[in-house]
Amino acid sequence: MRWFSRFLLVFGALAGVLAVTLAAGLRQGLLALLGIGFGAVLQGARFGFTTGWRDLIERRDPQGLWAQMLLMVLAAALTLPLLAGSGGELVGAVAPLTISLVLGAFLFGAAMQLADGCGSGTLYKAGGGSPLSFVVLPTFAFGSFLGASHQPAWIELGGLPAVDLLAFGWPTALALTVAACGLVAWLAGRARGNTEGQAQASPQAVTQQLVRTGTASFVAAARPAQPRWATRWWLGALLLAVLYLAHLVVAGQPWGIVYGMGVWGAKAVSALGWDLSGDAFWGVAPHAQRLVEPILADVTSVTNIGLIYGAIAASRWNGAPKFTAPSGRRLAAAAVAGLVMGYSARMAFGCNVGAYLGGIASASLHGWVWFALAFAGSIVGVRIRRRVGA
Amino acid sequence: MDKERLFRTGFAIFWLVALGLLVLDTASSSNIRVEPPPIALGSGQAASGGHCSGR
Repeated sequence: MRWFSRFLLVFGALAGVLAVTLAAGLRQGLLALLGIGFGAVLQGARFGFTTGWRDLIERRDPQGLWAQMLLMVLAAALTLPLLAGSGGELVGAVAPLTISLVLGAFLFGAAMQLADGCGSGTLYKAGGGSPLSFVVLPTFAFGSFLGASHQPAWIELGGLPAVDLLAFGWPTALALTVAACGLVAWLAGRARGNTEGQAQASPQAVTQQLVRTGTASFVAAARPAQPRWATRWWLGALLLAVLYLAHLVVAGQPWGIVYGMGVWGAKAVSALGWDLSGDAFWGVAPHAQRLVEPILADVTSVTNIGLIYGAIAASRWNGAPKFTAPSGRRLAAAAVAGLVMGYSARMAFGCNVGAYLGGIASASLHGWVWFALAFAGSIVGVRIRRRVGA
Repeated sequence: MDKERLFRTGFAIFWLVALGLLVLDTASSSNIRVEPPPIALGSGQAASGGHCSGR
């Protein structure tokens, strides 16, 4: 009977893409198809941004971060020449270096460890049947709506203008991006300790070790054992980079998650009677128009919906996924973390996909600021997570 | 009903309700819009979708 369930999953995907195409046009149908690809790869490879960072913080395992850096390099190499020569048909994820970016990224990094998933992680794990992400999803959407509503006020706090390295030409921008990714991957590799007997290294120890990697004193330290780089990580990075390129070519903009979830939240509160006509964000163009149009007409929404279906299909490809019941306390903490995550993602101009991957692959400096602050927040988040009893 | 069965039932109901709301939204929203070309690259049009980076 497994062949029949697989047939139904594929049939459901094709029927969904066809339905989206008929309802919202061919571009939206293609984006739904790409979303299904994103979800299938994320779920199939268990490509978690949150998990990758936590593995490094708790177990000094750099494989996840290596894969993320590989993804950044590939995405940048594939898309920066296109962005530079498209004459405005394609745009990157470029944002200013505001105070809100610093605060928002730190909060997001902490909250995503409690929620056990970032933007993409929440979607694919919710599709994959994780009770925790299932609880996070609605609060994330509401937080994203609220954060967007307050975003203009947060931006008014000030900061520096956007720094787009493409201004120096795409070869320079790519060279700088590759060098920075290589440096991060090297630091993560150096921070890796001998994991035997150190499976639960404290976040402080990892922080200290990360700092030491930048100093000469660490050079003399003993080299740790060299675990293999799991196939799922590098293969996931490779496939995601190809999908990222295809998304940019079709949509004209990088892959994003949070904007669409904000649209869902705004649509939901509007339906419940919340008047958004005077809202500083949702009440003005072009966002107000997106609330009038169907959800399927929104770029990030349709990709998100495809992503969820792709994760549902991938998680059930070999039968029903395993079920683990979290405690009520853990669920409550995750729900609050989802709210914080959604809100802070809008302060920080995106989540791990829109700001971290999209920003760095677009050669925008805000992507690197997001990464540094969110990683610092994750170190705090891992500590809180332990106290909550994850 | 054990926890797993309860969750799986809730999971199915949630996504079915979400799908229903999506259909309702598509049917009730204003669908009068200029459909963009299928592929942005080479279309001659500036990108116009919403994105978390601020547009």
